[in-house]
Amino acid sequence: MAHIPLKPKQIERVKHLASQIANQVQAFITDHSSLSVERAVLRLYGVDGLADCGAPLPNRVVDLWSDDGDISSGISRPFAAAMLASGSSAQKTAELIAKGKLKLSNYAASSKDKVAKKEYALARNAVAILEASKYKKEKKIEQVPLPIQPWRYLIVATGNIYEDRTQAESAVYSGADIIAVIRSTAQSLLDYVPYGPTTDGFGGTYATQANFKIMREALDQASEQHGRYVRLVNYASGLCMAEIAACAAIEDLDVLLNDSMYGILFRDINMQRTFIDQYFSRLICAKASIIINTGEDNYLTTSHAVDSAHTVTASQLINEAMGKNARLTDDLLGLGHAFEINPEIENAFLYELAHAQLARELFPDAPLKYMPPTKHKSTDIFYSHCMDTLFNLASVTTEQGIHLTGILTEALHTPLMQDRYKSISSVNYVFNVARDLGQEIEFKKDGFIVKRAQQVLDETEVLLNDICNIGLMESIAQGHFADISRQKDGGKGLDGVFKKGPNYSNPVMDILESAV
Amino acid sequence: MKPEQIKPYGDTLNDGIVQLSFTLPVENGARAKKAAECYVRELNFEDISVVHAQKIAEGYTCFMVYARAKPSIDYAKIKAKEAKYEHMDYYQINALIKEEFGRPLVVVGATIGHDAHTVGIDAIMNMKGYNMDYGLERYPEIEAHNLGAQVSCEELIKAAIKYKADVILASQTVTQKDNHIVNFTELMEQLQSAGIKDQLVVLAGGAKISNEFAVKLGYDAGFGAKTIPSQVASFIVTRLIKLKNRVVQQTAGNR
Repeated sequence: MAHIPLKPKQIERVKHLASQIANQVQAFITDHSSLSVERAVLRLYGVDGLADCGAPLPNRVVDLWSDDGDISSGISRPFAAAMLASGSSAQKTAELIAKGKLKLSNYAASSKDKVAKKEYALARNAVAILEASKYKKEKKIEQVPLPIQPWRYLIVATGNIYEDRTQAESAVYSGADIIAVIRSTAQSLLDYVPYGPTTDGFGGTYATQANFKIMREALDQASEQHGRYVRLVNYASGLCMAEIAACAAIEDLDVLLNDSMYGILFRDINMQRTFIDQYFSRLICAKASIIINTGEDNYLTTSHAVDSAHTVTASQLINEAMGKNARLTDDLLGLGHAFEINPEIENAFLYELAHAQLARELFPDAPLKYMPPTKHKSTDIFYSHCMDTLFNLASVTTEQGIHLTGILTEALHTPLMQDRYKSISSVNYVFNVARDLGQEIEFKKDGFIVKRAQQVLDETEVLLNDICNIGLMESIAQGHFADISRQKDGGKGLDGVFKKGPNYSNPVMDILESAV
Repeated sequence: MKPEQIKPYGDTLNDGIVQLSFTLPVENGARAKKAAECYVRELNFEDISVVHAQKIAEGYTCFMVYARAKPSIDYAKIKAKEAKYEHMDYYQINALIKEEFGRPLVVVGATIGHDAHTVGIDAIMNMKGYNMDYGLERYPEIEAHNLGAQVSCEELIKAAIKYKADVILASQTVTQKDNHIVNFTELMEQLQSAGIKDQLVVLAGGAKISNEFAVKLGYDAGFGAKTIPSQVASFIVTRLIKLKNRVVQQTAGNR
């Protein structure tokens, strides 16, 4: 296959730097938890639905414990004790707590041993749910095989889950291998996961467990009908990373947007909160075999795609290292990048090939997520269609994993059904006529592409060295990524972060961390 | 005025040729094609050829059609306002601000409403700019505050007051079902009810925005796709100088 000769020693060096950077952050993560991590634990214990006040039950219960109890000990223990006291299910117990009929306490009537046993049983059951999801997906894939990569990824974004279903079915008909349900605008800033099927999103559809279920069922049918397993994507980044991962695992989703830095940079979510949340979220993904997609492509929408190419590579390496800390395996690392170079630059396509091939070389076993042009898309839809065609060629040549289909009306509106069809026709055409092009070509030694890839890797190494010296949090504060600066104590969601006390208990995390 | 009748041009003057593409919620087949042709006839076209019909989903067919448009219009009667300004470069603009105002101009920008796209506002405001043209943040004589996306009208106005803004840039890139009109209208109404509209230059931007559209809603100008930062900056300076001189004149008149 197409290959750029990089120095193995240098690859080793940059990977080592990235893991040092990730480990510095990991030390912080280990000492902290967040309200949304605790809510995810409750969801995995079986708590769902709404309290009388309209808030989701997991929020209500955790808030009560945070306000009147001792959140530094985590929610697991007092909740397990409450279940022993109520003698009923997690759901029923949560309802009683929310109604004020049962009080959370660390000093339960039952013995310490009994509570610990109950906690462990709940956690084992939670992990079994995640394992079952992995198993179910494997079974389905045995029955209807996965298509070959690059997987053709199409979005639906009507705001109404039932309309999305129609759009998704049409997308699968035209060739989509992956359906992503774009979230309602600004959902990432909600500090709770909305409940039930929804029909009223803006620019997208709310990510709710019920909506996940509706779409996954529709895609199961479509998969059978078309003889290939169609994956379902949703978005975890935001204030509820771990909870959305829990809901996604319960409903057998396949891919989650789950970036360790996207929320910080592009949503101004507090960095401490994000680092803590992404870790538990990814532990869940690892166990349930959910591919994560990272958001490096976004950097290039604000920064210069040539000058800042190395920030994408550095971020991919950091995301990989953090993902590995959360037990994600290579096949689950959908690291992101993009085709965003200004088409007026001469040889822009050669730069793109160099960047795409570099990612392929650095992460040979990862299903890389490749984002189409957006920033330089034109309102001339015919011209935009041409841009997407070249993007498709770069993608198939460099053997990318997850191919986000570029839409000719990208600069105009959320896609019409016919826009989506036109766009995927181009993908189908290019993937077919150039399927094995990458197998046939070699990049010229000392040629433009090889030199460019080497330059990006060199710049990446310098940047990673800097980051390693000052730490990731300080690097973000200094605006090393996407030209955006965020402070350690700034942004949304810091009030949901707490330091684990000496009595902190989260057996779900313990089991997920111990699993190899 | 001499009438100047025009109609679409294919390859011969006044042939009226138009290309159309649309989807009908029917299965593909002879009847579907006929329906497409009849529909285009209803739209007042003639010599209709449905050149392509493609099933794009269960029960949906997409068509490509060429046809001749019947009506012509009198171009002499068409009027449109373009934002009037002389396009200056980065250095000229900074020099002019220094000379005319002796202080940096304050620009506050945001993508308003639920739109999550910062592409437009970033292209104009970010340091790097767009298409090799520096963004407003780079201008030493402009103090630029980019509030990002999904900023409510209230927040934007609050920030404009806080920073003592000379200019507001409001952007809408991708919206559904004409939400951008609702959002731009809301911002203008709120500016007027806050009583600060007249002290500010307020610009609308976005892929689908025309100057005409923006001016109709009460904006000083509108900037569409392909706009580069120095065009916006040129307009801002030109307009603010005009405003300044008007204020001076009015004051003089009062004496």
